[in-house]
Amino acid sequence: MSLAKITQVKALALAVPGDDIDTDRIIPARFLRCVTFDGLGEHAFRDERTGPDGKERPHPMNSAQAGRIAIAKQGVMVVGFNFGCGSSREHAPQSLWRFGFTAFVGGSFAEIFFGNSTTLGVPCLTLSKEDLAECDAFVRANPDVEVTVDVEKLTVSAGAKTWKAGIAASARDGLVNGKWDPIADLLEGSEPVAKTAAGLAYVAGK
Amino acid sequence: MAKTLFQKVWEAHTVRKLPNGQTQLFIGTHLIHEVTSPQAFGMLRDLGLKVKFPQRTFATVDHIVPTNELKEPYSDPIAQEMIEALRKNTKDYGIRFFDTTTGTQGIVHMVGPEQGITQPGTTIACGDSHTATHGAFGAIAFGIGTTQVRDVLATQTLALSPLKVRRIEVNGKLAPGVYAKDVILHIIRVLGVNGGIGFAYEYAGTTFDGFSLEERMTVCNMSIEGGARCGYVNPDQKTFDYIKGKPFAPKAADWDAAVARWASFASDAGCQYDDVKVFKAEDIRPTVTWGITPGQAVFIDEKMPALETLNAADRQTAEDAYAHMKLAPNTPIKGTKVDVCFLGSCTNGRISDLREVAKYLKGRKVSPNVKAIVVPGSQLTAIQAVHEGLDKIYIEAGFEWRGAGCSMCLAMNPDKLVGDQLCASSSNRNFKGRQGSQTGRTVLMSPLMVAAAAITGQVADAREVFKV
Ligand code: SF4
Repeated sequence: MSLAKITQVKALALAVPGDDIDTDRIIPARFLRCVTFDGLGEHAFRDERTGPDGKERPHPMNSAQAGRIAIAKQGVMVVGFNFGCGSSREHAPQSLWRFGFTAFVGGSFAEIFFGNSTTLGVPCLTLSKEDLAECDAFVRANPDVEVTVDVEKLTVSAGAKTWKAGIAASARDGLVNGKWDPIADLLEGSEPVAKTAAGLAYVAGK
Repeated sequence: MAKTLFQKVWEAHTVRKLPNGQTQLFIGTHLIHEVTSPQAFGMLRDLGLKVKFPQRTFATVDHIVPTNELKEPYSDPIAQEMIEALRKNTKDYGIRFFDTTTGTQGIVHMVGPEQGITQPGTTIACGDSHTATHGAFGAIAFGIGTTQVRDVLATQTLALSPLKVRRIEVNGKLAPGVYAKDVILHIIRVLGVNGGIGFAYEYAGTTFDGFSLEERMTVCNMSIEGGARCGYVNPDQKTFDYIKGKPFAPKAADWDAAVARWASFASDAGCQYDDVKVFKAEDIRPTVTWGITPGQAVFIDEKMPALETLNAADRQTAEDAYAHMKLAPNTPIKGTKVDVCFLGSCTNGRISDLREVAKYLKGRKVSPNVKAIVVPGSQLTAIQAVHEGLDKIYIEAGFEWRGAGCSMCLAMNPDKLVGDQLCASSSNRNFKGRQGSQTGRTVLMSPLMVAAAAITGQVADAREVFKV
């Protein structure tokens, strides 16, 4: 399986502020009633975007900027801290990715969300608190300026600004080498897998 | 060298180092359910892969099952489609399925322990973030995404990076009316909802030594609410006694060897932890959440925080929370009107929970303004409860007695809040919209506190209501 090397995402950005945004908010549970991930994109942040009366609410995902990202199928979401906490549902990054987001920049990411995203080939880069505030402000003030998320150099830049970014070394390695989906590597290890299994009594039901 | 349980289990299951520096870790036990597995089977088919160790994956159905409809086809066609997809997938690949007709179906995190599948010193993965529940037995249990479910099906391994270990010690005896649920809500309140990122939590101390396996499960269950991907308690005699005689427990001839092996996985005296936090049991009082993250919690007799007392980031989340919850800062939460009471979930839907509440519920009546439901977490729990006559106590008190499943913990079935109803809930998440209504409000608490809310129609102190 050959995968694209994801060294850089250069795209328009959308700021979705707030800390501890959980995956129930990103994709409410009723949209998990499905056996495929198809069509999840339109329901990203559904209950934040639409009120109980069915009317649109003011939310970044309802903005013209979000619409441009949805059309381009490329975009950077700038988020807060502990983004994607809560449920392990891969439906969350799947819905944002299907909506059009191809990279996340934030203060920190919940671990399962992070893993689910990078395995989709969607980098999640972190910035320091101060830099994130600056990036967030820049993105709001300059909706037409593309943001560059550089996974190789570990920077996020926009206009004349460049911020130092971070990501787990293994995730960076996977992305830039086109090995962000681990399945090929895991399948390769089938001999040592048998050996490990043989050393575990409970695997044999003992 | 002295090692933690986490290190020992990790080493025993390490297959090899991957080129990107991660570890290929063998997953001895894989649990699946209907929500996060169908896409994984789809990926498997697309890639033309087989299930590598079908006998090490176990399936059940929990999230979408209706709890008030026992016959199929269900009136909800999507639920029917999802359960049938799982039936087909498990049949096609030769995977054991604890189906609704077997008397063993239930929330996936209850089925593993009930069947004796959950064992010390093992690795467990499940496409569900509350998989840490199984850590109560001294297993390293992870919640994983759907693509990783595919990885486990196809290879019985995962690409993972090791976690740091934080020992969380709680010592002493809990006061009457204070439960394991209060312990974990308190820990999360103090350490924060993201305090556990990068850590496995090792729960220890005399309070945990004294806890039953079911109480340990309640705590381990909510590790993820504190940001920790897994949590565990070192195995001891109680652990072994719990497993003994369960369907998938080692047979008599293998038993002694298994116990010796299990015991050897416990953290060694003098091992190094990356961090240690110590709590006193007597400092913990019945705890309830007031906001939209599990860390936004107070003792029942405290006021909710004044905004001025919070730092800038917490303040923003708190403002959002107060607006959603329609509650006022710096006022007591006690006395807040309750519309719905939910007793159940993988946190607190076990037989010990149902027994404890029933003890106090006898002769009491649910407030006429409250809809109260009790949902045993598994069919085995339901059967046992009926056998003990607990169902009658609940029904007489005015609770609806339901079939096994996740139910209103996340409302993927017909059990949902309506409008801005406020629910006193024994579950684990108070996120906006979690219980099925966008404007619905959740207050997390222990099972007995849920019962106190049901009887009084308001958030109440169970110690007063039941003279505990
Ligand atoms: S009871 Fe709730 S938390 Fe537990 S598995 Fe079901 S939905 Fe998830």
